[in-house]
Amino acid sequence: MKLVIALLLLVIGTVAFHFLSPWWFTPLASNWGAIDDTIGITFWITGIVFVLVNLFLAYCVYKFRFKKGHKSDYEPENKKLEYWLTGITTLGVVAMLAPGLVVWAQFVDIPEEAKIVEVVGQQWQWGFRFPGADGKLGSADNPFVSTTNPLGINPSDPAGQDDRLVLSSELKLPLGQPTKVLLRSKDVLHNFTVPQFRVKMDLVPGTISKLWFTPTREGRFDILCMELCGIAHYAMRGYVHVVSPQEYNKWLTTLPTFAETQQGGSGDAVAGENSYISCGACHGQQGEGNASMNAPKLAGLSDWYITRQIKNYQNGIRGSHKDDIFGQQMVGMAQILADPVTLRNVAAYISTLEETQTTNTVEGNADKGASLYVTCGACHGRQGEGNFALNAPRLAGQQDWYLKRQLTHFKKGIRGTNAKDQYGKQMILMAKMLTSEQDINDLLTHINTF
Amino acid sequence: MEHVAIADQVEELHNPSSFISKYVWSQDHKVIAIQYGITAILVGLVALVLSGLMRLQLGFPESFDFIDPSSYLQFVTMHGMIMVIYLLTALLLGGFGNYLIPLMIGARDMVFPYLNMLSYWTYLLAVIVLLASFFVPGGPTGAGWTLYPPQAILDGTPGYDMGIVLMLLSLAIFIVAFTMGGLNYVTTILQARTKGMTLMRMPLSIWGIFVATILGLLAFPALLVSAIMMLFDKLLSTSFFMPAIVSMGEQLDYTGGSPILFQHLFWFFGHPEVYIVALPAFGMVSDVLAVHARKNIFGYRMMVWAIVAIGAMSFVVWAHHMYVSGMHPAFGFFFATTTLIIAVPTAIKVYNWVLTLWRGNIHLTTPMLFAIGFIFTFTHGGLTGLFLGNVVIDLPLSDTYFVVAHFHMVMGVSPILVLFAALYHWYPLITGKMFNATLGKLHFWCTFLGTYAIYLPMHYLGFLGVPRRYYAMGTTDFIPESAQTLNASITVAAILVGLAQLIFIANVIWSIFKGEKSGPNPWHATSLEWQAEQIPPAHGNWGEKLPEVHRWAYDFSVPGARDDYIPQNMSNDDVPLEPGQTLQIREEH
Repeated sequence: MKLVIALLLLVIGTVAFHFLSPWWFTPLASNWGAIDDTIGITFWITGIVFVLVNLFLAYCVYKFRFKKGHKSDYEPENKKLEYWLTGITTLGVVAMLAPGLVVWAQFVDIPEEAKIVEVVGQQWQWGFRFPGADGKLGSADNPFVSTTNPLGINPSDPAGQDDRLVLSSELKLPLGQPTKVLLRSKDVLHNFTVPQFRVKMDLVPGTISKLWFTPTREGRFDILCMELCGIAHYAMRGYVHVVSPQEYNKWLTTLPTFAETQQGGSGDAVAGENSYISCGACHGQQGEGNASMNAPKLAGLSDWYITRQIKNYQNGIRGSHKDDIFGQQMVGMAQILADPVTLRNVAAYISTLEETQTTNTVEGNADKGASLYVTCGACHGRQGEGNFALNAPRLAGQQDWYLKRQLTHFKKGIRGTNAKDQYGKQMILMAKMLTSEQDINDLLTHINTF
Repeated sequence: MEHVAIADQVEELHNPSSFISKYVWSQDHKVIAIQYGITAILVGLVALVLSGLMRLQLGFPESFDFIDPSSYLQFVTMHGMIMVIYLLTALLLGGFGNYLIPLMIGARDMVFPYLNMLSYWTYLLAVIVLLASFFVPGGPTGAGWTLYPPQAILDGTPGYDMGIVLMLLSLAIFIVAFTMGGLNYVTTILQARTKGMTLMRMPLSIWGIFVATILGLLAFPALLVSAIMMLFDKLLSTSFFMPAIVSMGEQLDYTGGSPILFQHLFWFFGHPEVYIVALPAFGMVSDVLAVHARKNIFGYRMMVWAIVAIGAMSFVVWAHHMYVSGMHPAFGFFFATTTLIIAVPTAIKVYNWVLTLWRGNIHLTTPMLFAIGFIFTFTHGGLTGLFLGNVVIDLPLSDTYFVVAHFHMVMGVSPILVLFAALYHWYPLITGKMFNATLGKLHFWCTFLGTYAIYLPMHYLGFLGVPRRYYAMGTTDFIPESAQTLNASITVAAILVGLAQLIFIANVIWSIFKGEKSGPNPWHATSLEWQAEQIPPAHGNWGEKLPEVHRWAYDFSVPGARDDYIPQNMSNDDVPLEPGQTLQIREEH
């Protein structure tokens, strides 16, 4: 009897849970309403079967429960009933499969007018590429990948020269434009998923896979990697912004072309020396850093990293958190470099500063640190040398007290929580891998050996 | 001189005399079955603990310092692999297959007893190699149980060095063990059936084990070659599965391989593997239902053909695991169609189980509770398979918690409920004692309700789009905070279900020593294993003469007969009748 009640309650509870659950598909933002409809059909058919079979099961358990002296019916087979059940089941299956295949045919058949965007995955970041005026992407392959050619575009293919690159994890797409997404991986399997678009597909090294959709709603949507790609799989995030075609076109022209990224365009180091004097007051005239003033070492850092950080300070992306006391100081200082040319020159000057020896302040287990560092090394380089293509600054030679404070800030959300700080967002997830202070000390002890 | 098969000989070559030959290097299928069973359950407990750790991290992120992203992935991977291969496959085929085949078909033992013994010890070696990977530098592999390259052997993945090598090695050894066992089961079923035991009189347990073993013999080689090829890629720098790759900023030496090739090989094994687990469970649950409902299994012939059809079909559906893998999308049409066709014979099995209860006389014993619980969970898990099998619905749901919930319902919870049904059902046969029924029922309620509390809500995380194999969800724009509450409640349910398994273990151990003597055939079953002279059956199973079979295994409640069951080895002339009645067998089996 308990079993009968339990079965009834489970059936009722399941149906109630289904209708009352606040956990359901995110609102659709693409043309794939047909997928939602197919799910609807499947829900009704399977739901009815679930309820009927289990209610009948509960009824049988109740009605035919053991009674002393009672004997079961004797009926080995009932061909007619079996044929009927087979027939009805087949009909149900066809009713689910047929619409599914029709929608799949639409997914397989990519519209002619769809515009192309390429998505390139790597541990644990996204990159994107749009064709230039010729409407064609240049050929690309992993053997072409280098620090200055992070997407592996074939340098001798003329079609690739005007391709526009996004070397970060944020993408913009125009509203209402059918979009054909070409997917490619530099290392392992990844999967490009935007839950609101409903469609997803793996990125496979060595081949190009495809999917298509038409964005139907403006807004910002999460890009997630949904194919296990190693330790920091869960931190491989990005955003797609669906914007008006005008805004999209404007944004597109701000992107560097492949040809542009191949020409160095750095500032004038000599001109930058003068402007550096006010920086040197805290950071030291050789950029050696000053622990007592909480000013980190600058010597050894690349110009692109200095430029980005100063811009972040200027735009309130860094240093705006109320607990980031030293960051708040820098916000004021960064305004001195409001002129982009001055900033470029200072950054160029800093990148010429001679490296100086630092003193270590933390103690930990370097071996344990080495195994923790594997994940960091994916972007920051095996020897902490930094990697422009991955937007990862140099770690080698940096003062450990500064790195420790930054890791702690990332963990606590003091740094990296600003919505526009795309790398900070990832660093928060990464820093949380270091579950204890001991982990941080071990890691820094290892970095100190570089 | 008449030829007598080894399995039929009274004077066997391997008559045990010492303790060692009786219990350690034993060639008796019953002892080997128990060795398989205990090893599988112990290693399964390791996997259970791993799942608990995994759930702790998901339910209460940032609370446990010792679970970092690497160890989390290692827990996930080892939990999955152990449960699927080293627990379910080993316990169902190595354990129950070994115990039941000779007894249910009326043989004295397997036809190759020595090979059978080797099979167990090789399996044990595979388990030891697997567990050793916990103790090597870098720990076990964290590549996910699917072990997809290139990731599995590159340094962004935990255990990419020693861990993955030991895992592949252990799988290869396991497959050797399985092949020795599997050839034995198939040959025994085909060659050593006793007089009168036609194929269409075999209990469905044997049909399930038989077809599952054939599937294993055909499917495991695909895993074996992929394991060896990946070992070559890892150790000898071949490029079977490895294209040109830039890993951690460095160009690697690989070129021209195909990661998707591995996926095809893996799932060519992996999908039949689902049925290697499911078919023995289908068979055993059929027998438990029939015995405890005192009624013949409904539509026996259809049930046999459904098992055979599902087994055959299972080889042409594998790529439904790969709809979003980047393979040519046109394959989607074919594999969605075959996948949904397989739902038809599967549905028929469910109908027939329920119809077996119809107008039965249902004894709600502990094994019966588990069997009925199985019908419920399997219906649920089977129906959600229709979502994922329908290629276009797989687009939003693939790689989310919906998949996790689905396969746990259909090949985790459901076969395990059958395993418990079977363990309780055959416990008196194996030990000669009755288990404690109160503890058994308590175990059922905790397990049945608890697992549903885990997996029903998990489907809805999947609808929401929560990805699987994530160490932490972090912040997103689309996942509400309430999802974390749900995750925490799932974890609480999972921990309780895990602890409830202690009730089972306590019951098994306590009852061996303190349980009541069961006596012969306590369930009044018809099949041969309960008709042996001694319970538990002695070495060689039968006395001087092998039993002779006169009927199928499902003559329950035959009109005219005095009792509500007629053992398979009883001829029509010997059946005790109701006074003044004649035996009314409707169909001759």
